[in-house]
Amino acid sequence: MSDILTIAMPKGRIFEEASDLLREAGFDLPPEFDDSRKLIIDVPEESFRFILAKPMDVPTYVEHGVADLGIAGKDVMLEEERDVYELLDLNISACYLAVAGLPDTKLNEIAPRVATKYPNVAAAYFREQGSQVEIIKLNGSIELAPIIGLSDRIVDIVSTGKTLVENGLIEYERIVDITSRLIVNPASYRMKDERISDLVERLNHVVKGNAITK
Amino acid sequence: MSSLFMFEKPLGMRDTLPETYETKNKVKRKMETDIKKWGYQFIETPTLEYYETVGTASAILDQQLFKLLDQQGHTLVLRPDMTAPIARVAASKLLTEQLPLRLAYNASVFRAQQREGGRPAEFEQIGVEYIGDKTISADGEGIALMISSLKETGLKSFQLSIGHIGFVQTFFLQILGTKDRADALTKYLYEKNYVGYRQHVDKLSLSSIDKQRLHQFLKLRGGKEVIQLAYDLIENNKGKNAIDELKQLWEILEDYEETGRVKLDLTLVSHMSYYTGILYEVYAEGVGFPIGSGGRYDLLLEKFGKSTGATGFAIRMDHLLEALGEIEKTKDIHCILFSGDRRKEAFELAKEKRASGIKVITQDINGVDNVDACTKQYSEISLLVGKAGMEVVK
Repeated sequence: MSDILTIAMPKGRIFEEASDLLREAGFDLPPEFDDSRKLIIDVPEESFRFILAKPMDVPTYVEHGVADLGIAGKDVMLEEERDVYELLDLNISACYLAVAGLPDTKLNEIAPRVATKYPNVAAAYFREQGSQVEIIKLNGSIELAPIIGLSDRIVDIVSTGKTLVENGLIEYERIVDITSRLIVNPASYRMKDERISDLVERLNHVVKGNAITK
Repeated sequence: MSSLFMFEKPLGMRDTLPETYETKNKVKRKMETDIKKWGYQFIETPTLEYYETVGTASAILDQQLFKLLDQQGHTLVLRPDMTAPIARVAASKLLTEQLPLRLAYNASVFRAQQREGGRPAEFEQIGVEYIGDKTISADGEGIALMISSLKETGLKSFQLSIGHIGFVQTFFLQILGTKDRADALTKYLYEKNYVGYRQHVDKLSLSSIDKQRLHQFLKLRGGKEVIQLAYDLIENNKGKNAIDELKQLWEILEDYEETGRVKLDLTLVSHMSYYTGILYEVYAEGVGFPIGSGGRYDLLLEKFGKSTGATGFAIRMDHLLEALGEIEKTKDIHCILFSGDRRKEAFELAKEKRASGIKVITQDINGVDNVDACTKQYSEISLLVGKAGMEVVK
């Protein structure tokens, strides 16, 4: 049993690119992998067990050790600050976190409100800029907030910028670039060292750009 | 705020019910017995300490301390670890008499939790502190004793990672020149962020050879061969000393015949400033968090006015129990049900059985509504009711 690696995969946007990368690295994943509605997918040929989680929850599963590894966006890593190893930049699902709002607006001086799915990241960013803001946590469709007057600014993920444009918003500041990372539980990193090192090595070969130099 | 339900507990607090208590105590006894066999003496210290002394000296982050005020307005803390209190006792009372000191403890420590469950705010630790010996033999003894006491508990699959913070600091300082720059890089290791480390290194204005050396550093994980790889990476003598120490430690562990469960990991940074030399963590199969950690903390005693070396480790009972996995279901209690006229007989029988080490309860049959439900809980039943002779029911 101990030879099975449990990998937490984020459902949605990152999933496809992550499974492509695993295939490229030579792992034999079944075709039904991609459109399965199951939450747990066993791949006995590779001694893998995949668990499909909400992207925001991936580091939680990994930190508690119920998943040995996980694939998580840097945005999630920054927000959650979990005690896990961030071993490899997979260079997939590139995007960035940005401050956006309606054109020609300023932060309200009486109640400078910022709506976001990333309250910790947003709070830290505005603190560093020396501005005192009030953070409002939303769980999705963040672009609504400035349009209907909940907040003057939002902090959200931008990949193409299309969503912002379509909703009449503009980007004010770019906070940080985001890619997906391979993360590992500290205990698994020791107890399953060989299998994990092999996985990292193989993924590293197919990662584009900033691969680990030899 | 809504009113609390009667069963609620503060965040991170746990109850220990009878079966868990029994299991935990057995494990503790096994470890304690082993630690005593190595000549360590157990001590106790108060649950409350001054924030200014023990609170600030401890390795635990400020926001994790439970703080309260005494009547004079001093800030107190619930002890967040046992190392700082023991350093306080050692420096003020014990160090005058004998050196080196081998002390042990078995106590609850307290750390405030902000996040969800799975992280108790109060948990028990068993550990040792070996004070007043700067040799690597002392580090080796700590590691060997940790392995020995874990084996005593019956734990099968566990693994130690050993690092050396002195090596990390000198190696980084050698390449980066200033302590600030070295600390900035060390922080990535502390945060376990290798990706950030590599990106940071790539951005530094260094020769490509030095960048290469910093990248290579992340590969210093594995068995004995890591020692040679580390020698190859360093240039000055100070970094060499740290590797000499690791080499010596490895030889000591070979003499203990305990290298099988040990890996070297020079990227291991458990704390930003607390440890000063060799440090280690221990992991077990099936538990996502380290079950224990330890290392050399030569600067702590200075905070209490004594300058001497010290090393020690602590095992977390909660994580260890999780790793051991099984809760013992003990039902080995003998129950004597008696009626009033045979009470004396029941007490005599109980006394006799207790003297031979059997757990016995005596139960007045009039105090039980449902005799069958009551007797089910016990391994053996004696009925001393009415005039007839003793009947053993089960």
